[in-house]
Amino acid sequence: MATAAPALTARNSQIVRHDPPLVRWGLTLLALVAMGIFIILPLLAVFVQAFQKGVAAYLTAIEDPNTLSAIKLSLLTVGITVPLNVAFGVAAAWAVTKFNFKGKNVLVTLIDIPFGVSPVIAGLIFVLMFGAQGWFGPWLSDHDIHIIFAVPGIVLATTFVTFPFVARELIPLMESQGTEEEEAALVLGARGWQMFFRITLPNIKWGLLYGVVLCTARALGEFGAVSVVSGHIRGETNTLPLHVEILYNEYNYSGAFAVASLLSVVAVIALAAKKFLERKTGRVSQ
Amino acid sequence: MRDSFKQPSILPGFWLSFSYTVFYLALLVLIPLSGVFLKSVSLSWEHFWRSVTAPNVLAAYRLSFGASLIAGLIAVGIGFLIAWVLVRYEFPAKALVDALVDLPFALPTAVAGIALTSLYTENGWLGRFLVPLGIKVAFTRLGVVVALTFIGLPFVVRSVQPVLADADRELEEAASSLGASRWQTFRLVIFPSVRPALLTGFALAFARALGEYGSVIFISGNLPMRTEIAPLLIVNKLQQYDYAGATAIAVVMLVASFLILLGINRYQRYTRRYMEAS
Repeated sequence: MATAAPALTARNSQIVRHDPPLVRWGLTLLALVAMGIFIILPLLAVFVQAFQKGVAAYLTAIEDPNTLSAIKLSLLTVGITVPLNVAFGVAAAWAVTKFNFKGKNVLVTLIDIPFGVSPVIAGLIFVLMFGAQGWFGPWLSDHDIHIIFAVPGIVLATTFVTFPFVARELIPLMESQGTEEEEAALVLGARGWQMFFRITLPNIKWGLLYGVVLCTARALGEFGAVSVVSGHIRGETNTLPLHVEILYNEYNYSGAFAVASLLSVVAVIALAAKKFLERKTGRVSQ
Repeated sequence: MRDSFKQPSILPGFWLSFSYTVFYLALLVLIPLSGVFLKSVSLSWEHFWRSVTAPNVLAAYRLSFGASLIAGLIAVGIGFLIAWVLVRYEFPAKALVDALVDLPFALPTAVAGIALTSLYTENGWLGRFLVPLGIKVAFTRLGVVVALTFIGLPFVVRSVQPVLADADRELEEAASSLGASRWQTFRLVIFPSVRPALLTGFALAFARALGEYGSVIFISGNLPMRTEIAPLLIVNKLQQYDYAGATAIAVVMLVASFLILLGINRYQRYTRRYMEAS
């Protein structure tokens, strides 16, 4: 809300006079208690339990080879997924916001589909395609190609789940920017890519970065979809969230929370980045 | 043909970006997703019906829909309160609280799941007070509701917040200068203007809760017939290589969540037109 114009603050102060202090402070207190119970306590619990057995135990859990390989796999997944969805997001936003064509609204709706699909079902659809009894299963096993219970399946499922993030951020932003600047560049003799890199990209950079942050956070933390396709092979197809689950189910709570704390740090960074970028793009939380 | 499909423009790159978008969308989303429906059609009706009406599946549907509904309603109440306080009042660390509202979006669901569970077990920070009172949250249906409320909260806050911020303050002033009490102003002026946003927030939270997996399975304890949610059954069936059974459960859930999202879409379009007209 920090992005709200000063006018709003001025109006706010009028309203503040309306509400009696008792109501004001009562409601604020109630809201803060609710935030504390539902949001702040869980976050605190992660860090407190991660360090419950001391810093040495924490470091042991992090330096465990299985944890390190999970970190590597998670980073690899993010490294493939995010660029793919960035390329798609920019292309989709360009087509949808700079041109008028039939069926545009349908296309925009279709892009949002993955948001409405349970992560578990996102995993299921790829098992149905590439699993042992799936559509392409026999062909794949004849050619010794592994997708399900292997890294490609994890990447596919993660890409599906994070599919709309970049496009979703860019479409409203580019819609509001219109086409005049690009048209001016063309009239002045810019070539297509020149126009894109000199005009469009600088205009959308903060929105794009915002989309990348959201996409990265979700790709790193995706659990349900990846859990279905990964097969949980330790040291091979275990991402960080799956590793948290394995440690937790083995009653290695401090280890599970230590790994969870890494993911929580990323989540907090993502929130901070979001706040910062919202200020840059001048928009209020959606 | 091209002319009728697309309005002329001097900007380049339409066919490149358009065909790439459609290609990528089809390859990654549409074709794999249609596989689920194809698979379900290949099942005999009897098989399909038997899969989705098995007692444990029905129990899971009931829990998934029921808990999502209750959690959505709780999220609407708490979310409205938080949005209200964030928009209308000043208090210390407000920016921090505002940023933290999005935590359930950013925190991996598995992390949320184990964190919530640890809070509500007997020795947990909250459980040690609740369990002696006879309120058991961990490994019960109540736990499922708690996890889904956590997941749904930001949807409500972020739907209501901008509407509340844009609400016409002059209308309120007019109401109070015409003699309306605070409560009347709230009930008759403020609340009707945020009702569409509340409903949108509820529907988004509900749709998300239906499919939620990671944050629930730890706190629910997954007791058969009691605290198994529908997505968990899909995972279980897949682990037994029962693709057909998994698909049948999934199709029912997919149809339900698409209907919800379609409903939101319709409703938003309707209210927008209504708002513009008035």
